[in-house]
Amino acid sequence: MTAQEVRLCGLLLQEHFGEVVEKVGTHLLRIGPLSLRAIAHETSTPLDLVKKSLCVLLQHSLCSFEGTQKGPRGVVEYRASCERILRMLRYPRYIYTAKTLYGDTGELIVEEVLQRGHMTMSHAVQTVADRLTHNMEEGSSMEYSEVVSAFSRLVETHLLQRCPSVTEGPLPVASSGGPAASATVPTLSECQTERFNLPPITLKGKGKRRLSNEDNEAEQARGKRARLDDANTKTSGDEGIYWQVNFERFHQYFRDQAIIGAVASKLDQTSSEIVRTMLRMSEVTTTPTAAYTQPLSVNEIFRALPPSYSISRPVLEQYLTLLVDDPMEFVSKTGDSGGGMYAVYVHKVLTSLARATLESVVQERFGSRSARIFRLLLRKRHLEQKQVEDFAMIPAKEAKEMLYMLLSENLVQLQEIPKTPDHAPSRTFYLYTVNPLSTARMLLQHCYKTVANLIVRRLNETKENKRLLEKSQRIEAILASLQASGAEAAQLTEVEEMITAPERQQLEALRHHVNKLDSSENQVDETIFLLESHISSTMASR
Amino acid sequence: MVKVKKIKNKNTMVKVHFIPFVHADRMAGRGRGRGIAAFTFNIEALGLSRGALPETALGPIPLFPPVEYKPVPLKSGEDEEYMLALKQEIRATMKNLPYNIPVPEEKPDVERYKEKYTQKVYKNKHNTWTPDWQRLPKELMPQKKKKTKPKVTKQVKATSKKEKEDLLSKLDELEKKDQKSDDETGEKAADEGEDEEGGEGVEGGEFDEEEAEEENDYIASYFEDGDDFGGGSDDNMDEATY
Repeated sequence: MTAQEVRLCGLLLQEHFGEVVEKVGTHLLRIGPLSLRAIAHETSTPLDLVKKSLCVLLQHSLCSFEGTQKGPRGVVEYRASCERILRMLRYPRYIYTAKTLYGDTGELIVEEVLQRGHMTMSHAVQTVADRLTHNMEEGSSMEYSEVVSAFSRLVETHLLQRCPSVTEGPLPVASSGGPAASATVPTLSECQTERFNLPPITLKGKGKRRLSNEDNEAEQARGKRARLDDANTKTSGDEGIYWQVNFERFHQYFRDQAIIGAVASKLDQTSSEIVRTMLRMSEVTTTPTAAYTQPLSVNEIFRALPPSYSISRPVLEQYLTLLVDDPMEFVSKTGDSGGGMYAVYVHKVLTSLARATLESVVQERFGSRSARIFRLLLRKRHLEQKQVEDFAMIPAKEAKEMLYMLLSENLVQLQEIPKTPDHAPSRTFYLYTVNPLSTARMLLQHCYKTVANLIVRRLNETKENKRLLEKSQRIEAILASLQASGAEAAQLTEVEEMITAPERQQLEALRHHVNKLDSSENQVDETIFLLESHISSTMASR
Repeated sequence: MVKVKKIKNKNTMVKVHFIPFVHADRMAGRGRGRGIAAFTFNIEALGLSRGALPETALGPIPLFPPVEYKPVPLKSGEDEEYMLALKQEIRATMKNLPYNIPVPEEKPDVERYKEKYTQKVYKNKHNTWTPDWQRLPKELMPQKKKKTKPKVTKQVKATSKKEKEDLLSKLDELEKKDQKSDDETGEKAADEGEDEEGGEGVEGGEFDEEEAEEENDYIASYFEDGDDFGGGSDDNMDEATY
C-alpha cells in the first residue's frame, strides 16, 4: 500500500461514493484492519455515517470483515482492499468488453452488476429489461427470457460468479469463555463447485416502460412508483444468491488479447489466429497465474481452428515450428505425442510486453539513443562504462551524459564489484545494470501517480468553471422542457442565446480538456494492466 | 594517532549521483595548494576526464523543467471514444445511486419550515437501499433510537419541573410587586386627574370619573371612540406625561 496507491484510491472513492466513504476508506487503507469504534473515533465521524459507509464498501466488496477474538467479547475488524479499489478504474473496459462479446444486453448486465456491487439474478434481469425497454421504440418491450439467456451465457464463460454465501459454521469458542462471535459475524465461504451454477428461478414477464412524463415530474412520482414496484415484486426463487463480476476472468481475456495482438504485429495474421485458437481452448483449464497454458496437440489445434482459416495440416505444423523458433518464445514445444504438444508461454510473453513498455517509456522521455543504451543493458545485463560506449556506438561524452541521466531517474543502477577488500575506487569495477522487475514496479507507481494527477487536474478544471457549467445545465433543462411542451423556434433560439459566444467557446474548451483527461486515464490504465500482470506473473513463478 | 577506519563490505548497490549535482571537492585540495580542485578518488577509473564533467548546479532544478520530447498523442478511435462515454456515464450515475453518501449538512438551530418540502428530503426518503443483513455483521445495522429518547425526555421533564416551580414562585413575587405598583400608579393617576380637574373645564370632569374607575396607567380618553381618537388625544397630549 504505497502512498501513491492510497492517494489514487482516495480519489476514486470520492468520485464514486462521496467524501464520507472516502474518509473511512483511506483511513482503513492507511492504518490496516480496524474495528468500528476505532474508525469512528479516529476519523471523528459520527457512528451512523461510519456504519453506512462500511455497508457501502462491503456491498461493493471493497472491504472485508473478520471476527477476531480480541477484546472481551470478540471484535469485528474491517479491512479495505487497495487492489480492489484500483479495479474501479477499469470498469469502462470491462463493460466495453462485455459489449463486444455479448451485445447490448450483456453490456447492461455487467454495468448494473458493477454499479451495485453484487445483486441477485432476478433483480439484475428486471433492471436490465427495464432499461432496454426504455431505449426501444414505443410498443415493444424486452422479454425477461432474453435477458436471462444473456445472463446465463455470461455465467457459462465465467465472467460472472456467485458471491460467497453465508454458512452456519460454528466458530471455536475462545478459552476465556466469551460467547462465540458467530452470532454477530456471518461466515462467508466460497463454494468452488457452485461458483458458476445458475439458480432455478421463475421469472416471466417483460420490461416495464417508464412513461416519459413521469421523468419530468418531481421525485414524488418516482417515490410512489418505487413503493408500487416493491409491492409488485414477487419473490423469485433465488433469495440470498448474489452475483458479482469475475475480474480474474476479464483479466485473462485482456491478457489473451494482448498476446494475440503481439503475435499479430510480430508475425502475421494466421499465426495470431493459431495462438488465439490455442488460448481459447485452454481458457477454462488454465489458472490465471499459470506460466504455461495446458499443452495441446497438433491434432486438437487442427480440429479447433475456425473454418474460415482453412489451412492444411503440414502448413499448420510449419506455423507452429515458426512460432517456437521465434526469439520471443511465444509458443514452446512440450512433447511429441499426438503430432507434437505445444503450449503458449504466457509468462514469457508478459515479460516481453512489459519490457517493450519500459523501452518505449525511455524512448519517449529521453530520446532514441538513450533507448538504445537501455535496450543494450536489458540484453547484456551488466556492462562497464567503456563497453556501453562501444556496443551502443555513441560518442563517449554523450553516452556518459545519457547514462547519468538514466541513473538519476533510477532506471539504471550501478553495481560495484571490488577487486580489493577496501573498496578503493581505482580498483573497483563499476557496472551498469537494469533490473526489469524493480523498474517495472517503479513505473507502475509512476502510473498510479499519473492517474491521480489526471483526476485532480480534471476536478480542478470543473471546479474553476463550475458557474459556467451550472448555467449551461440550467439552459439545457429549460430547452428540454420547452421542446417537450412544444415551443416555437424563436423561443428556443432566444433561450440558446442566453449563453454568449465566448462562454460557448469556454465551455467547448472545457469539454475538450475533460475528455482528454478522461481518455488519458483510460489509456494509462492499459499500461497499468500490463505492468501488473507482468509483476504478478513473475511473483507467482518464483 | 592513526585512525583506522573499518570499511564494511558493502554488497548493496551504490547510487552515485553525478548529474548535475557534482561539486568539485575543493576541500581536498587545500593541502596541495589553493584553487586546485581534486577528487577523493581516481577519476580515470570511472572513465571521467576533468573536461568532460558537466557544469556544477547553481541551485535546485525548476519545478516545471522544460520537456525536451513532447508526449505521444493519445489513441483515438471508436473504442476509446465509447469507453470515454462509458466512463463519464458511470461517474454521473454513481452520484445518483444511494451508495453515494453525501456529507451531512449542518442544520441551523431552528428547523425552517421549507425544509420539510424541499427536494432533498424527498430524495432521502425514496433513495435508500437496504443491504442483505444476513451477510453483514450485526453491529452495522442502524440502531433504533427509541431507547434513548425516554431518558432524554425524563431529564428534560425533571429540569422543567424544577424550573417551573422556580418560575412560578418568581411569577408570584412579581405579581405581588406588580399589584402594589399598579395600586400606586393607579393612585397617582387619580391624584393627577384631580389636579387636572382644577385646571380644566368640562372635559376634565368627565375624565376624572373614568380615571378613577379604571385605576390603570392608560388615559381613558384614548380609547373612548374610534373617531374621536385623534381629537381627544391631541387635547390631552400635554397632560399625558408619565
